[in-house]
This record gives sequence, C-alpha cells and structure tokens, in this order.
Amino acid sequence: MEEERKDKFLAPENEIRQVAAPDGSIIEVDPLEDYFTQERPKPYKVRKGPVENFLNWARAESLWVLGFGTGCGSIEIPPLVTPRYDMFRFGVQMRATPRQSNVFIISGYLSVKTLKRVIRTYEQMPSPKYVMGLGSCTINGGMYFDSYNTINRLDHYLPVDVYIAGCMPRPEALLAGFAKLKELIKEGKGHKANEYVENFDWYKDNQKKVINDWNMPDYNW
Amino acid sequence: MQDTIKNLTERFGASNMIEKKPGLIFITIEQSKAISAVTYLRDIEGYTVLTLLTAVDWIEDNVFQLTYLLNNPEQITEIGLRVMIDREKAEMESAHHLWPNVEVYQRELKEMYGINFPGSPRIDENFILEGWNDKPPYRRDFDTKEYAENNFFPRPGRKTNDPAEYMKQKMYPNNPSDYTNKKYNPNR
Amino acid sequence: MEKSKLFTLNEDRSLYPEHDENGKPIVDLSSHKFLKIWQGPQHPGVTGNMSLELTVSGDEIVESKTHVGYLHRGFEKLMERRKYIQCFPTCIRMCVAEPDPNEYVLSNAIEELSGIEVPEMAKWLRTLVLEMARLQVLLRGVPGQAGTFALGLGYQWGNYLRDLILDSFEELTGGRVYHMYILPGGVRGLLPDGFKKRMEDKLKLIDEFMIKIDKLIFQNVVFESRARGLGYIPKEWVDVYGVYGPAARAAGVMRDVRKTNPYLKYSELDFEPYTTTDSDVFARTEVRYNDLKMTVDLIRQIMAKMPEKGDIKAETPNVMHWKIPKGETYSKCESSRGEYGMYMVSDGSDKPRRVNLKGPSYTHANALLDRLLINANIADTAAIMVSLATCPPEIER
Repeated sequence: MEEERKDKFLAPENEIRQVAAPDGSIIEVDPLEDYFTQERPKPYKVRKGPVENFLNWARAESLWVLGFGTGCGSIEIPPLVTPRYDMFRFGVQMRATPRQSNVFIISGYLSVKTLKRVIRTYEQMPSPKYVMGLGSCTINGGMYFDSYNTINRLDHYLPVDVYIAGCMPRPEALLAGFAKLKELIKEGKGHKANEYVENFDWYKDNQKKVINDWNMPDYNW
Repeated sequence: MQDTIKNLTERFGASNMIEKKPGLIFITIEQSKAISAVTYLRDIEGYTVLTLLTAVDWIEDNVFQLTYLLNNPEQITEIGLRVMIDREKAEMESAHHLWPNVEVYQRELKEMYGINFPGSPRIDENFILEGWNDKPPYRRDFDTKEYAENNFFPRPGRKTNDPAEYMKQKMYPNNPSDYTNKKYNPNR
Repeated sequence: MEKSKLFTLNEDRSLYPEHDENGKPIVDLSSHKFLKIWQGPQHPGVTGNMSLELTVSGDEIVESKTHVGYLHRGFEKLMERRKYIQCFPTCIRMCVAEPDPNEYVLSNAIEELSGIEVPEMAKWLRTLVLEMARLQVLLRGVPGQAGTFALGLGYQWGNYLRDLILDSFEELTGGRVYHMYILPGGVRGLLPDGFKKRMEDKLKLIDEFMIKIDKLIFQNVVFESRARGLGYIPKEWVDVYGVYGPAARAAGVMRDVRKTNPYLKYSELDFEPYTTTDSDVFARTEVRYNDLKMTVDLIRQIMAKMPEKGDIKAETPNVMHWKIPKGETYSKCESSRGEYGMYMVSDGSDKPRRVNLKGPSYTHANALLDRLLINANIADTAAIMVSLATCPPEIER
C-alpha cells in the first residue's frame, strides 16, 4: 500500500485529504482505503439443472446494453433502436449507466485512454455480464494493427463472448451477434465474467502493461 | 495579394514563395520574425482566421517545419507561413495571445512532436495521450509498428506481403522475369 | 472552524463565483461552494467519445475543460508509412458520421499535387455524393438537436430516412457507412439504372418529413423556450474563435466554402445558403434545417443537370509505384459542420511526408465550447455541444 502511495500517477481525487464534517470536526479521508475495497472479486455461483436453465433463459431474454460508444462502430447503434431494425423485439435495450446493464458492446478499436475507462466501467457492471467485440479491430487490430495507441486483441484485456467481424458491421450483423449471444447463454456458456475473476491476475498484468499511469484501485466494483 | 507578398518580403525577409493554386501561397519566414509576421498579417492585412498550425518533420535536414495557415475571409486568399526551427532545440515563440485556439494547437505539437512553446497556457497538460513514456510519436524516428508489436499482443497469423513481389508471383508464376521486362513508366 | 450550515435559503447566488481583478472567476474547490463533475466519456449527452470537466456552482457551470484523446488512432502517423492508395481507405475513418469529405479532400490534395485533371462526369458524381453525405448527416443532426431536450421522436423519423439514404449509398458504392467511392483521379462507378427515380421517391419522403419536423421542433414551445438565447456566439467571435459553417452563418457571417471557393460543380448550381443573426441554439438549428432543405434542392438540381454517361476516371500511374512530386497543398471542402481541410506535404516519394486534417470541431469543441459553457446550465450542455456539431475523432484523429 505504501508503495502505491508514492506513485506519481495517483489521481488527485485519490490523495489523502482532510475534510470538514458537518459538525465542524476535521476528519482525514483516504479515498483508496475508505471508498474502495482491497478485496479481490469473487465468482458468482453457477447453479445446476432446471434452475440454471431458467436463469439462463431469463438472462438471455433481457440483454441490456450499456450506451458507451467506444469507437466508430457506435454509429450503427442508433439505427438499431429505430423501427427498421428494432432491437427491442429481441429484449435488447440501451441503458445509460453500467449499474443497470449487462452487455458491453466494445464498438471498434480501443485506444489506451479509452481502455482504462472501459475496464473501470466493465468492473462496475453487475455479473453475469457479457462483452461483444464489434469490428475487426477488436479481433486483431484491423487496419490499426500498427498504431501505437490502439490495442490489438481485446480478449487479452477483457473476456469476450461474441465477436462481430466487419468494418463496419451492419446492423443486421449486430442482430445476428445478439442471437448468437442468446444461444451461448442458453447453452450455459455465458459465464465469462467468472473467467475474468478466476484469471484476474493475468488480465490485470496485461492491462497494466499497456496502461502506464494506473491511478485507480485494482478492482473498481 | 501581390502587395502583401511584397510587404512580407521587404519587411520580414520572406523568401521561397510558391503559388500552389489561385488564392493559396506558401512562403518561408525566419524563426525570429515569424510571430511578428503573423501579427502583421492578422492586424494589417486582414488575415484574421487561423486555419491551422501544424508541423512537418524534415529529419534529414534536422529541422521541423511549422506551418501557420492564415485565411483572409474578405479577399478569400490563404497564406501558409513556413517557419523552420532547429530539431535538436525544438522551441518556438508562443502565439497564444493572438487567437484562443492556438493554445490547443501548441499543446498538441508539444505532445506529438516535442516542440516547446514557453509561456503557452496548459502547455504541459496531456492533450491526447495519457501516461506516454516514449519519444513523441509523430517524430519520424519513432517506429509505430515496432512499438505496437512490443506493447500490444499481435494475433499470430497476420501475413504481410510486399505488393510488388506478391504480384510478380501471382501474375507470372512460371516466368517471374516477364514482370521485370516490362518497363515501368511513371508517366504512363 | 465555524459550523457550516447544511441548508441556506434565499442566499444571493449572483455573487458566486467571485471574480478577481482580471474578471476571471475564483474557483476554490475546498470552499464547498463548487463541485467538480465529469460529463463523459460514458454519458449519453456527449457527442461521441469525449469528456468535459465541469466545475459547477449549483447547477450553473463556472468552468469547463474539454478532454479529448479517447479516439486517437494516430492516423497522421499511420499514413506516413502507407502508400498513397493505402492512405485512401485509412483516411475515411477519420470522421465516421460523414466520411465522404475525407475521401474528397485526400483525393483532391493528391490531384493538386500531381496535377491531374478530373473528368466532368466524375466531378458531377463527386458533387452528388458529397451532397448525399450532407443529407444523411443533417437528417440525424436536425432532429438530434431536439433529442438533446429529450424530444426523441424526430430522431427516430430522421434515422429511418437516413437509412434510406444509406441504402442509396449502398446501391451506388457498395458500402453502407464507409463508401470509398471518390478515389484519386475520379470516382469508382456510374449511377446504377433507375437510381435517379428511386432517389426522387426518397426525396419526396424527406419533403414530407421537413413539414412534420417544422411542426414538431420549431413550433414546439418547450424547444423554443429552452433553445432561444442559449449558447450565444457574438459576431466578433467568428474570426477570433474560428467558427465555421452553420454556426457562423447563424451569427450572420457568410462562411460556406461552396459559395466562397466554389469547387467541383458548385459554381454551376443555383443556391443561396441561409443566414440569420440570432446566433443561439435555435438559430443554429434553423440554419441547419434550411441547409437540409437546400441540400434536397441541390440533389434535385444535380440529378437534372448531370450527363448520363462520360469518362469517370482520369489516367493515373500504377498505384503501387505512384510517386507524387515534391510540394505542399491545402485542399478544402464544406462538410455539414463547416470547412473541412487537409494539409498535405509530399517529399517526392511514394508515401506522404505529412498529412494533417483540420475539421471545424477542432476549434468548436475546444476554446469555443469552453467559453460558451460558462454560465450555462448543466442540463443545456448537450444542446450546446450538438448545436456546434462537435465530432471528436476529427479533433484527435
């Protein structure tokens, strides 16, 4: 803990500071200790038999997508909401906050600066959660394979359930991706969030290799 | 336009004028007189809009070229001022007092080329990159492919072909010398 | 320390923030009068992936800083290690919402540097494609302005019509969002059979949509009372802050590259961009609404005046060995947001030495937005951003 304190990248809002309480007394606040937990994430319980099948059916039929356009693929999301493609009929809808959503569409390339925000947002989503990689750039870097600021393989940083290839993928391809995701969840293969927890150290190593100024707690739940 | 060029040449020692198309000229100015020339163009000659401020890395001559592109909305003409600055001691007078946007351009140049503009507000703040600890990326000696291969995880299986070699093999698989026999004429 | 009050009523808020002798607000975060909040990058009210660092007093913004870089891919670096023809599919990803001006400025810069003259037919087709691109952006943008005040219906209509235009693009070019149609030297193909008729049918739908949108947005009391007087740009700021396109025309300054520096076939078309002097969000929406009308009219004019057949591509050297003579140029066109330009430097090799793209968002979203947001309400941030039509990938590239 002491070593992290000396980190020159520590965000100003995470520094130890003194705050006046409403009754006038001065208290010391250590944001990393007080606002975040040091505990590691725990996997959620996967049940067996018909209970799990029922839960999987319920999860598959209510995919709530976080409205975070991380790249250029987000231009094809608004048509999905309009009557022509209408994703509501598949139980898919957009939510504004990570606390209410369970599908994260990584729409295209991820620059290093966005990756940091994406990790933070992903960890704030409640489990079970699913990640869709949109576009060729999430698979192998696509046309930005030699760029110094975009990551090449998304699956080294976050567990990915479904990839949708193309640059850019059409709305129909996105709908097919949702259908595939439903299929996977109903088969009981949608527990990638547990995989993230089990291989937590490997993912964190990869993430910290790219993000040089790690100024947040290891796990932001 | 002609008067402006004449004034620039006489007062600020501008040289090397090239008229690219009607209403767009590029002209070279010495580093010490550049900001006063920009101020002169803005205040006296009516070049009131700064279209862009950017840099070019001429690594073989060991200079950076700064380009101030100014627009005159009345006469509908544009002047590009080229300023050559030393690459080793990359420093330029700040022009943030002339337009509020210049500050942003200069922050970008500082980050991407390492050109310093002393006195410009927020010049040391991050603009685009975050936690960058390598050479400024737009410099010619920074190899972006090598950096990407070392830092990110390239997916194995990506094959890169030299287009010329590849086409030679594809088009003339039996007799590759046919390809070289055909004379390449760039003006064809 | 004195006991701080939890609630204070009827306090004169006009004193906050206090100003120093230079007129700058004194923002002291530890005084409990201010709050720092971030809007974005994960926020539905931001245009794309960017963020604003807002310091607020109550719900009034006293300071704003734009943070960009979330979409930086280093295009300008990538293009330095690609051949000219490889730059062409790369550069169009620079602004996603409207990719065609990217294609045009790159092709035009290459043609200017190497001295290629484009055939007449290709010029007509380029004009048509650029106008269609403007049409599809404005169909989303004009109702999207009402969407920032939570009036989402027009946005749904506009998106449906935009899809129809994208279908036309697919017919003409094969691509839905990225078209790769205007390549150096000309264009890739002629109009398919019956294209004009199908386009005319879609334009009729848009005409009906325009009447409905006028009732839905401009006759709407909520929209009018919120948008009037919001985000006022004085006329003097247009040159100083670098305001382009519809935002400048709303301030009464004629800034339209199609009119001032006619390129392609615009000198043969009959049009007059709409200007007004109110210069608030309402006026900017009005200008873009009239732009949309003008674009529909321009597409009709182009389809009537353009020849049926003709040469569509000038002779170019083998693209694998294409060396461009040494030189530099700045080519520009009018996008839906304003002047869109590309500065290209060639060193005589087969790869560009430097490519720099300058879009209007660069000035709109940085200095101007920071200035406009002062004294605005948090709830109006999205409206001001959308009215300036900021497109973050164009700022950081």
